[in-house]
Amino acid sequence: MNAQQPILQVRDLEKRFNISGDFLDQLKFQGGKIVRKQENVHAINGVSFDVMKGEALCVVGESGCGKSTVARTVMGLLKPSGGSIHYNGERIDQLSDRAVLPYRKKMQMIFQNPYASLNPRKTITQTLEEPVRFHNPGMSETEVKDKVKAVMFDVGIDPGWGVRYPHEFSGGQRQRISIARALTLDPEFVVADEPISALDVSIQAQVLNLMMKAQEEHNLTYLFITHDLSVVEHFGTRVAVMYLGTLCELAPTKTLFATPRHPYTQALLSAIPRLQDHRPNHIKLQGEVPTPVNLPSGCVFHGRCPHANDRCRQEVPKLVPQSDGSQVACHGVEEGRL
Amino acid sequence: MTTPVEVLDIPTRPSAWARFKDTHLFHSFTRDKVAMVSFGLFVLYALAALFAPLIAPYNPYDPASIDIMNSELPPIWQEGADPAFLLGTDAQGRDMLSTMLYGTRISLMIGICAVMLQMFLGVLIGLSAGYFGGRVDSFLMRMADIQLSFSTMMVAIVVLAVFQAAFGAELYADLAIFMLILVIGIAEWPQYARTVRASVLAEKHKEYVDAARVMGFGSGRIMWRHILPNTLSPLLVISTVQVANAIISEASLSFLGLGMPVSQPSLGSLISSGFEYIFSGAWWITVLPGIVLVVLVLVMNLLGDWLRDVLNPKLYKG
Repeated sequence: MNAQQPILQVRDLEKRFNISGDFLDQLKFQGGKIVRKQENVHAINGVSFDVMKGEALCVVGESGCGKSTVARTVMGLLKPSGGSIHYNGERIDQLSDRAVLPYRKKMQMIFQNPYASLNPRKTITQTLEEPVRFHNPGMSETEVKDKVKAVMFDVGIDPGWGVRYPHEFSGGQRQRISIARALTLDPEFVVADEPISALDVSIQAQVLNLMMKAQEEHNLTYLFITHDLSVVEHFGTRVAVMYLGTLCELAPTKTLFATPRHPYTQALLSAIPRLQDHRPNHIKLQGEVPTPVNLPSGCVFHGRCPHANDRCRQEVPKLVPQSDGSQVACHGVEEGRL
Repeated sequence: MTTPVEVLDIPTRPSAWARFKDTHLFHSFTRDKVAMVSFGLFVLYALAALFAPLIAPYNPYDPASIDIMNSELPPIWQEGADPAFLLGTDAQGRDMLSTMLYGTRISLMIGICAVMLQMFLGVLIGLSAGYFGGRVDSFLMRMADIQLSFSTMMVAIVVLAVFQAAFGAELYADLAIFMLILVIGIAEWPQYARTVRASVLAEKHKEYVDAARVMGFGSGRIMWRHILPNTLSPLLVISTVQVANAIISEASLSFLGLGMPVSQPSLGSLISSGFEYIFSGAWWITVLPGIVLVVLVLVMNLLGDWLRDVLNPKLYKG
């Protein structure tokens, strides 16, 4: 199959959250006049990327940089404020609930917190069978049961446990059940929103291996949200680095870890603790992440970037393809200064 | 056609009763004497109400069985009592025991039906308000505020008095029970709506709701099948208290002459009808149904308190 075919195309995605409350809260008294003031959190600011068929695209970044928002917007849990999302060439971000149903079957999501993502009042079998019945109304009762049993086997959950409730399972088992729920519909594309960050380290590897096994067996494409760089190195085909709602760098995993181009990526990678850390050469960034309510002008990173110049403070950098296959949004890299 | 590999040893689910015996609810019930006594009394009331026609020695609704000559006979332990009437008779010569049994039946029925109506309206409105949020939420909750700003009794008195004046006492007597259920049911729905909304607001941001949305389930399915089952424990708690409140409301309305007619007395109208005779010595017509009413309401409130303690997630995580 063609590995270079994009399954998901995200273009100039924007998402703003209004934080100014209702109409009365928005009225402010300023300079002797009553003015209406609206404030927004700019969670995503013009993010564009493609997810290729069969790959695992990892999105990394620190807390609050908008990676989960990207995942939720792609899945249609949030309506984008701007931009477009195409799945297999069809635009899906403006479809009605009914029209989007066929895509629900192909796109599934695994959630971060296995303690909250399973309905506490439903047994495992009920949780797993409901989506199968809902999306395949023609299936007979035995077919549904066989399907669920097969998926439970796949993820290493004894089908005999199906009569139990989620609180009777450990975190790792619950996350397996969540994965099973996503797999019951035979999806092509799975968004995983920090699926292992709530788990014990020993369980993390198990769940990660299970996801890789599922990728091979079911020919899945992943959009994998994480903040754990070692997981990215192990799991990702390509990596997208996000900072304050923008994409800094998008590169094949090996390239990114070998030669990070963007100053933020360099700082991020230097923060990975290594076993042979005799001479730590951590790049220490100055200052704090700016608030996403009032975005800095120009490059969002300019306030903390050691290489920033006037152009960085005024002009927003665009993702520019590089010779080694990566894409970097940095004026310095573009000009050859870095 | 199953190969031996596919044959699985699936443990059978224990029976519902066996599972219930293992719950925190059951355990704390067996340790709480107040809860056990209250529950026992409530069951007694429920059985008495359900089988009133079988237990009662007389039928107080049958005018043929009433003799005015038997009026105001005292209970059996007082002088001048007739052994045929265990707890005496009222001013019309009806057997107090039978009348009270039928009255409990009517009071409980009005209480439970009114609460079912409240619950239906409240759950529907609270669930929509909490789930859809935004303008729907603001609109529905302001409606609830408006409804709550009129006290239940005021609404009930106005509606019932107007109905009685407009359609005459005779029609009113026929429809009184439905009117009471409607009025009490509609006046108190905000209690449920607020409780449900609060729970829904807490539940709807949990990931299992997002998971259901990702599956493509419709709003109705998510609201009723996924969120509602997780909001049931607070509903159970307020239901016990609300039934008690509804019974009290009905009794108060009956006492004011706007409730059940004298020919089909509820506990409240019995108390009211005996009030005129209390100073002539016939205290039992008011006091006996009064005791029955107070015990019923007390028992329900005690059960509600106990349930609230048991189901409080801060005290026990289940």
